[in-house]
Amino acid sequence: MAVLQIQRVSICALKKDRKAILERLQSLGIMEVTDLIGDDEAFRRMDTAGARMGFEKKAHTADQALEVLDQYAPQKTSMFASLEGKKLVDKDRFRRAAGDRERILSAAADILACSRQIAEKKAAILKDENQIESLAPWILLGVPMNFGGTRDTAMMPGIMPAGTTLEDVYRILAEQLPETDALDVEIVSSGTDGVYLAVFCMRQDAGAVEEALRQGGFARPAQTVDEDPAVKTEELKADIGRLTREIEEKESAIRAHAENREELEYVSDYFRVRAEKYQVLGTLPQSQSAFFVSGYVPAKAVPAVRKAIEEKYDCVMDVEDLREEDEPPTILSNNGFSDCVEGVLESYGLPHRGEFDPTTIMSFFYVFFFGMMLSDAAYGLIVAAACFILLKKFPRMSAGMHKSLKLFMFCGISTIVWGILFGGYFGDAVDVISRVFLGYEVSVPALWFAPLNDPMKLLIYSMAFGLVHLFVGLGIKGYMQLKEGQVLDFFCDVVLWYVFLIGLILMLLPSEIFASIAQMEIVFPPFLNTLAKVLAIAGAVGLLLMSGRANKNPVLRLALGAYDIYNITGWLSDVLSYSRLLALGLATGVIASVVNQMGSMLGKSIAGVLLFAVVFVIGHAMNLAINLLGAYVHTNRLQFVEFFGKFYEGGGKPFEPFENDTKYVDIKEETLS
Amino acid sequence: MSIWENLGLVYALLGAAAAVFLAGAGSALGVGIAGQAAAGVVTEDPSKFAKVLVLQLLPGTQGIYGLLVGFLTLSKIGLLGGGAAQLDPQTGLLVLAACLPVGIVGLISGKSQGETAAASIGIVAKKPEQFGKAMLFPAMVETYAILSLLISILAVTAIQV
Repeated sequence: MAVLQIQRVSICALKKDRKAILERLQSLGIMEVTDLIGDDEAFRRMDTAGARMGFEKKAHTADQALEVLDQYAPQKTSMFASLEGKKLVDKDRFRRAAGDRERILSAAADILACSRQIAEKKAAILKDENQIESLAPWILLGVPMNFGGTRDTAMMPGIMPAGTTLEDVYRILAEQLPETDALDVEIVSSGTDGVYLAVFCMRQDAGAVEEALRQGGFARPAQTVDEDPAVKTEELKADIGRLTREIEEKESAIRAHAENREELEYVSDYFRVRAEKYQVLGTLPQSQSAFFVSGYVPAKAVPAVRKAIEEKYDCVMDVEDLREEDEPPTILSNNGFSDCVEGVLESYGLPHRGEFDPTTIMSFFYVFFFGMMLSDAAYGLIVAAACFILLKKFPRMSAGMHKSLKLFMFCGISTIVWGILFGGYFGDAVDVISRVFLGYEVSVPALWFAPLNDPMKLLIYSMAFGLVHLFVGLGIKGYMQLKEGQVLDFFCDVVLWYVFLIGLILMLLPSEIFASIAQMEIVFPPFLNTLAKVLAIAGAVGLLLMSGRANKNPVLRLALGAYDIYNITGWLSDVLSYSRLLALGLATGVIASVVNQMGSMLGKSIAGVLLFAVVFVIGHAMNLAINLLGAYVHTNRLQFVEFFGKFYEGGGKPFEPFENDTKYVDIKEETLS
Repeated sequence: MSIWENLGLVYALLGAAAAVFLAGAGSALGVGIAGQAAAGVVTEDPSKFAKVLVLQLLPGTQGIYGLLVGFLTLSKIGLLGGGAAQLDPQTGLLVLAACLPVGIVGLISGKSQGETAAASIGIVAKKPEQFGKAMLFPAMVETYAILSLLISILAVTAIQV
């Protein structure tokens, strides 16, 4: 339950050891490098941007080649591939691939060249196909389209609007050119987009004929070819066949590179790691013969740095505690149970410097509330078992995924417990199955009580749990204020609120309103009633006087105090907000019963059993999915809004160490001591 | 048996129906609005599918709350077990009134939550790491649906049949 203590480690070493030290730091992956010295006369910085870009480009080339490989020689991946995590690779093997990088990069370039050629050839095929399509209507013409005619006759290919018949053409010509009769019109083909025809006439009439036809919508074809359309089409088809074969050749050339896949991954990661190193190198101040590196290191990792760097190289290593102006990153450190909610905390924001890490406390409430919202033993078992199996089966999944699955496993276990307490096993499946199919009713009684029979009771308990949650949140605020030494703030902002709220609650409990809601009467001894009133009034007066203490003006001070008392409505809505524990818990059970009821509609028969099986599986799967989502969202909300609202600010920076930031593989390192 | 003798049952069933169809319609609107935004994000970046799907489903709960109250009402008036209870019109109207909060608030909050979810999907599209915060905004709207559900449940269970 804590935020790791961070120290600043600064190392000044000789330039000849620069490469070795940087690589060692990078493989340790425990230092976030920051610039300590600003610009200084004695130190210069190396311009590494060019080299870094070169490495990034090479890593990118390898990545692209891998993408192409995946496209033409896909690897079989299972549904859970994303859970498998990065492969662990031997350092020697990685080094071997890195040493062979020129050959592998040329393979990558080859793959990319093939892929580019495939794209070009595909474009060429597309062009040919378009041309074939545009030639199709002219395929019966028998002469090249720009044939033009003989010595005395002219041929004009052209298109007229769809539906034009031979008679129409002759009629148009007869009307426009009554004295010309040396004419022949042939329809080559006709389709919905027009009628394709060839018109023959005497050469001296050609201009007049074309002009006349144009009145009727005649147009020359947009494209003409020098050859007989039929011959040209055959040529184009042959060309497409040749291109297709070439594409296949290129594809198999790419597939032949599939054996290089692993090496490509290694090389891509190799260049990525080098790019990262050069990026850091570019920020380091260097003098003639020495260089200087400084950064944040978790205090418990400092001995490892000493062992790896200080004892091996000629250098000065300086470890100091953080100064006032430092903004260190936040690293959470929690026990094996609580670290599973770290991801949830991160999604809200890490604690800032000096802030209390609420992970441990939150983890208990989280699991508790989650189980209460899902509250079905069978659903809980499914969730817990599924997460457990995935965790066992994929031990190398990413750390974030591992935590999430662990969280859901614990939530599943909590759901089992709540399900047993509330008597929910796939809703009322046990009752329904035994009643409909066995003929006598068996029911598993709830260990505590069934919420559907007594929603008021669960409502009261939900709010009580909520109140505990909120009081713990307020308590944490008080703890932080005490740690900072702000005793007055602690008294005014925390103690007074406790007094006020406890007084109000003690006043509410014996009242008629509570009795009618809870259906039970609580009678306090008179002194407790008096105490309640005293507490409430003392708290209220205290808040009225003290909340605006930052203000000198007494009127403003009282007004701010009154406004702070008005915050009691905030507390009321916060507590009411926990009624979602009841609402979501009931929703799971009710939908499950609806599913069971629908399934058992056909009664005791073979068809009935079949229907029940189908409805049962689909219905409960959907119910589980939607309620799992609901429980997750609303548990988060209760933590983020109600709980964190009482004390937590967040805004810490995540720890981003200088490390081997690989994409495909993890390099097996010598273990750190 | 004329309708006038059974008017109580008719009112009560109308209440159950109102709870289900108003809240369900609200959820349908909300999920629809959020779904359009989600589909837009997925066309640009299919890897965000899971995240935007979660956000799209958030306005779906109002329909479930309506179903919950409808189911409670049906079992209250005995329509599920076979023997429908004899209700006088007054009790029937009481049940109808009890069903209205979840129905009406469900309708309006479902649509509003859908609009908020669509905006949150916009957050996820640009800053996927802020998913936790994006999820909170629609969940805020839902509070009021939960409060109305609470009153509807309390009222339905409190009515003596």
